[in-house]
Amino acid sequence: MSQTSGPSEVVFDVLRYNPEKDAKPYRQEFTVAVTKGMTVLDGLVWIKENLDPTLSWRSSCRMGVCGSCGMFINGLPRLACANQVAHLHSDRVVIKPLPNFDIIKDLVPDLEAFFTRHRTVKPYLIRRAVEEQNQPTSEYFQSPQELVQYIQFAYCIKCGLCLSACPTVATDDRYLGPQALAQAWRYSADARDEGGKDREQEVYSSHGVFRCHFAGACSEVCPKGVDPAFAIQLLKQDLFKRKLSGCKEQHGSPVTAPITEAKENPKIPKAPAPTLTK
Amino acid sequence: MRESTLWFWHLLAGAVILILLALHMTIMHLDDLMGLLGLSHGDPIDQKIVFARSQQVFFMITYILLLGAALYHGLYGLRTILFELTLSRTLERTVNIILTVSGLALFVYGAYAAAVIYLMKEVQP
Repeated sequence: MSQTSGPSEVVFDVLRYNPEKDAKPYRQEFTVAVTKGMTVLDGLVWIKENLDPTLSWRSSCRMGVCGSCGMFINGLPRLACANQVAHLHSDRVVIKPLPNFDIIKDLVPDLEAFFTRHRTVKPYLIRRAVEEQNQPTSEYFQSPQELVQYIQFAYCIKCGLCLSACPTVATDDRYLGPQALAQAWRYSADARDEGGKDREQEVYSSHGVFRCHFAGACSEVCPKGVDPAFAIQLLKQDLFKRKLSGCKEQHGSPVTAPITEAKENPKIPKAPAPTLTK
Repeated sequence: MRESTLWFWHLLAGAVILILLALHMTIMHLDDLMGLLGLSHGDPIDQKIVFARSQQVFFMITYILLLGAALYHGLYGLRTILFELTLSRTLERTVNIILTVSGLALFVYGAYAAAVIYLMKEVQP
């Protein structure tokens, strides 16, 4: 990995806002000594530990997996933990909370509306045979080719960057947004799923896929390489094909035969006994 | 009607327009070129030729189909633009009603004109 050298000191220009005390958001500057490999999140942690313990943000894993530390950094929605200060090539790091969300405090966005949209599209496998789904006797069949149809959309970490970059979300608060629509496609494209019809009402509503301008900003900012703009086009393409073919019922992949003759592999150590009992 | 169906018709109307508009352009604006191929019937906007064309069932149906497709495609597009303004649900309903009524009225008026000229006995000087 290439190491980009940057300034030894940078100014963190952070938007502060405490709705209980402040009438409106204001900016505060902190000077931070940059160390090798320091991420924006590291800088914020340093500020909190050394300069201002009241500074608030949301973070968890520090390795671009949990999707908690989405912020608007130097004009782009990014994960604070996945961006090194030196790679920003600036002696000033301007940090604001993600656009298109209300602010809970400082850099903490209110993601309630985001997860409400996410739940709206029923982001889980839906099967007609509910008994098998609730009390599985075996696994649903899925080929590697079928996996490829949706796998990139399964990498979504629900960080909200795509929504904060979306120009339609900025103007239409009823728009489902790229994250929810990409997840609708992730499950509808899954060969094991039979819930395409259940998602239709929301996905193909007047504030669903048809509101997308195809600006592509969602795909541009996604830290996991998910392409929500493509998912939206695939949803439209799928709708068109199904309309042409007369809206055929979706049939999920079959349940594989129950495993009856499994032999224990002596090379694999046994799982330890449960530490908790009911 | 469901949004997905409206959108599907919008695409189909676009495809119909593409075909019929190509036919319209060929007949009305490329008559010199068609003449070279021996397919021209004279000046396409000559009153007698316009009348003769309108007396054919094919053209009468084509006019009505193009009118319907163009109206639907255009008004659906206008509706999309208006919805982009993030209207309230009441305003969205109002837009739907106004566009449906005006679209139907324009279609009936245009189709009536095409039918009348088709049924006309002789060309008026």
